[in-house]
Amino acid sequence: MYNFDFVKPSTLDEAVAALGGEDAQPLSGGQTLLPSMKQRLNAPGVLVSLTGIAALKGVSMEGRLLVIGGATPHAVVAAEVASAYPALAALAGGIGDPAVRNRGTIGGSLANNDPSACYPSAALGSGATIVTNNREIAADDFFTGMFETALEPGEIITAVKFPVPEKAAYAKFQQPASRFALTGAYVAKYGDGVRVAITGASEGGVFRWTEAEEALSRSFTAEALNGLSLPEDGMMGDLHGTPAYRAHLCAVMTRRAVTAAR
Amino acid sequence: MPKDGGIGASTKRREDIRFLTGRGVYTDDLNLHGQTFAVFCRSTVAHGKIVSINTAATEAMPGVLAVFTGQDFKDVGGNPAGWLINSRDGTPMREPKRPVLAHGKVRHVGDAYAAVIAETYAQAKDAAEQLAADTVIDELPAIVDMKAAVADPSNRVHDEIPDNLCFDWGWIEDNRAAVDEVFKTAPHVTTLELVNNRLVPNAMEPRASIGEYFPGTGDYKLTTTSQNPHLTRLLIAAFVMGIPENKLQVVAPDVGGGFGSKIYHYGEEAVVLAAAKKLKRPVRWTAERSESFLSDAHGRDHVTKIELACEKDGTFLAFRTETLANVGAYLSNFSTATPTFLHGTLMAGPYKVPKVYVNVKTVFTNTAPVDAYRGAGRPEATFSLERVIDKMCRELGLDQFEVRRKNFITPDMYPYTTPVGLVYDTGNYHATLDKALEMTDLAGFEARAAEAKARGKLRGLGLSTWIEACGIAPSNLVGVLGSRVGLYDAATVRVNATGNISVMTGAHSHGQGHETVFAQIVAEKLGVDATSVEIVHGDTAKIPFGMGSYGSRSLAVCGSAIDRAMGKIIAKGKKIAAHMLEAAEGDIEFKDGTFSVAGTDKAKTFGEIAFSAYVPHNYPLETLEPGLEETAFYDPGNFTYPAGAYLCEVEVDPDTGKVQVVAFHCADDFGNIMNPMIVEGQVHGGVGQGIGQALCENTTYDENGQLTSASFMDYAMPRADDVPFYNVDYSCQTPCTHNPLGVKGCGEAGAIGSPPAVVNAVIDALHRGGYDHVTHIDMPVSPARVWAAMQKH
Repeated sequence: MYNFDFVKPSTLDEAVAALGGEDAQPLSGGQTLLPSMKQRLNAPGVLVSLTGIAALKGVSMEGRLLVIGGATPHAVVAAEVASAYPALAALAGGIGDPAVRNRGTIGGSLANNDPSACYPSAALGSGATIVTNNREIAADDFFTGMFETALEPGEIITAVKFPVPEKAAYAKFQQPASRFALTGAYVAKYGDGVRVAITGASEGGVFRWTEAEEALSRSFTAEALNGLSLPEDGMMGDLHGTPAYRAHLCAVMTRRAVTAAR
Repeated sequence: MPKDGGIGASTKRREDIRFLTGRGVYTDDLNLHGQTFAVFCRSTVAHGKIVSINTAATEAMPGVLAVFTGQDFKDVGGNPAGWLINSRDGTPMREPKRPVLAHGKVRHVGDAYAAVIAETYAQAKDAAEQLAADTVIDELPAIVDMKAAVADPSNRVHDEIPDNLCFDWGWIEDNRAAVDEVFKTAPHVTTLELVNNRLVPNAMEPRASIGEYFPGTGDYKLTTTSQNPHLTRLLIAAFVMGIPENKLQVVAPDVGGGFGSKIYHYGEEAVVLAAAKKLKRPVRWTAERSESFLSDAHGRDHVTKIELACEKDGTFLAFRTETLANVGAYLSNFSTATPTFLHGTLMAGPYKVPKVYVNVKTVFTNTAPVDAYRGAGRPEATFSLERVIDKMCRELGLDQFEVRRKNFITPDMYPYTTPVGLVYDTGNYHATLDKALEMTDLAGFEARAAEAKARGKLRGLGLSTWIEACGIAPSNLVGVLGSRVGLYDAATVRVNATGNISVMTGAHSHGQGHETVFAQIVAEKLGVDATSVEIVHGDTAKIPFGMGSYGSRSLAVCGSAIDRAMGKIIAKGKKIAAHMLEAAEGDIEFKDGTFSVAGTDKAKTFGEIAFSAYVPHNYPLETLEPGLEETAFYDPGNFTYPAGAYLCEVEVDPDTGKVQVVAFHCADDFGNIMNPMIVEGQVHGGVGQGIGQALCENTTYDENGQLTSASFMDYAMPRADDVPFYNVDYSCQTPCTHNPLGVKGCGEAGAIGSPPAVVNAVIDALHRGGYDHVTHIDMPVSPARVWAAMQKH
């Protein structure tokens, strides 16, 4: 790790101002950033911690919307939304290990948009809205590619608003080493239709499987998916799975999510 | 009724109290006055010519005290291979010099070519980065694939070795023609090509070394993560640095796992010693986990074709194997013994197969050195045998249990000479197989499989009946075979004046539990309380010259040395007692810690005898030296031969290819058992590593020689949910006939016996599920590989 300066503001305005500095980078839970800094692969001049800002933390209901502060750790989501949105709580409770869940945050995960992360599939699969310090972004517009989002430099995720579905589930097949999602499917059934988001599979990062959504909107059963498959073109291939294997797992995990949805 | 102390008791591990409460003292825990920090520059290319290393800018950086390159060590000796192996044609192996730091060429990613010493770790790290930037290395084509390496003489890991071949070994070469003849006429031949996957050892504690130099005396001290401090000292002293042994102390304090990777002497140890002398300050280095991945000696990495010739009823006629064994870029200390005498000699298994021929070509590549890793050669032999037997049973529609029984050496055949040069002293393979089947509830398997099927899972059962050779010996035999060291061990039993006991052992505990088990044995034999027995190991200034711990040898070899030394203590004690009790020496009996005159109530306690030995007022000084301290060196008459039967049950998820080990039954014959709890722990750990090899661990180099599985993000270690609750039995005991404790060794058994049981179970599950086109899947049997195998029709 190289030397860096560290600031921990207590308000959003101070954080935004600090992020305007040269080589400044926001730090939330640090579960991706800190390991990369330790390996000297990342060298910010200033780290601006977001975890001292009370307004970015916590869980609340705004009508039918579940609102989660951007700097809320996974463990808090797992515990506090268990009754309001059990599928989301289960996803949060299955990320990493207890140490990761008590440090890593929802905003950090979404801003990083790791193609194998769990949270992007929940946001996209729920049609969530990502709230930043200066705008609201629909999940459909937020994830723009592997490790890429619609966020501008210095823009901070302050909250994520989830419409709570009738039923939902996340099914993840773990990469054997990292235990990230080798492929994960998030399925959510709303009054106006079903959304299916796939993580871990595509070279473009998280995406919606529209054919599956249409089939499930007609009939929310695993059988409705029979005969549907995704092409292996554009799927990731690595030590742990070929593109063909990942394409296959997309259908398997989607079926399992539908079966598990509640 | 279980004993609560002494031999056979499940005494709790005394060392665990300090390990579990954070009070262990590992190398990196030591902080020394005036210490400095070493950081190594490591090659980022697999193969390259070092054009220039410009140290000027680095040397001017803050805190930098010294810079070392390969040039600084080019005149010191090379780190040698411990075994000289001859090729089939009688020529000796090619043995390129292994330098302390690479010079001329770098030969694998992670090959250290320079070291920077600075006041702080951060300064050393910054300086090493600068030095790397000021180094010019011309990348050469990488030699990664073994078949390509031996086929292309134009590209050489070592310029003087044209075909990248270290040796071409035949075992036993004189039997080759007869074996070939059997295959020409055999009623059935089963052939299997397989890969024994390369493994990264991943000890929890990374390698670490601290060098010290004392200008007042000219003494050196190396504190290092070693499984065998005396061997490290010998290598540094006699081969590499030329420091006299009496001027070099090597200390291996608490060591957090080794699995073989810490047997060997590594260049970093020589660098910290040389730097300490130059700076006259302590120099320390601790590997980062990435360095461990890149530079620890890896394990396994064989590509094998095995053939089994048999009758139609499954009676074995011959085995024949051709193996390419990767040694990586340099010969690590045991790298030439592992694929040969620890592998070829086991290729008869527990079977009365009349003919065996083993061919091993050992190949240099631009990858990290490969050496012994838990099991070392014997897992490779066992995997080849048990997989090809399983395949043969399927081809001929034979019962796998009956085929084993039919071919097992029977208890009336010992001592049994195998066609690959070993003499098994004792065993009972039918007994362990029967026990394993009893533990498995074989009759209930079909019901379990049906229940699994109802859940959408394919259940399978896999068998492995394994044998291994531990406590490699005797020294005069291994000398003929090419070993450059002896393979005895040593112990000193020092009875202190007040009767408590210090035992200095050549064996080194880096997790095994020696401090507990050796104390149990001493307590039992000398009739004292185990709490008054201290086991001292890991410091060449304290312990006799022993060979350390690897190859499941500690109890069988060093334990025997302890036993011998105690025999001398008792014999001397009898002389002292005879004098004190005014009796003839022949009338003195020793039992339960008391020396008594037979048939009388005249007696002296062990403590009284000890006190008399050190305060010899009433003592036969004219015929007996004072003191009560004895050393014994024990050189075994033969290997020991633990054996057993492992049955694994798996469930395969046909949708994803994921394999779950749902049951694992081990019926082992380790001879006599000293501490059942520790034996179970060793089996658990070994089987865990075997399941890791079978299902998870995949060491991959790309075509450029980059290690693509160089972190835990991609290298899958087995985790708690990858392994089942083990069912371990060790009640089948045929005690070793040639060591005084009747013990065989249990440290590697699990890692040797388990991988084929797991893979055989997966193949069984797939066949039961209708995927009978799948004849083999290479390890690790990952979900993706299982799924891919299922797709191919």
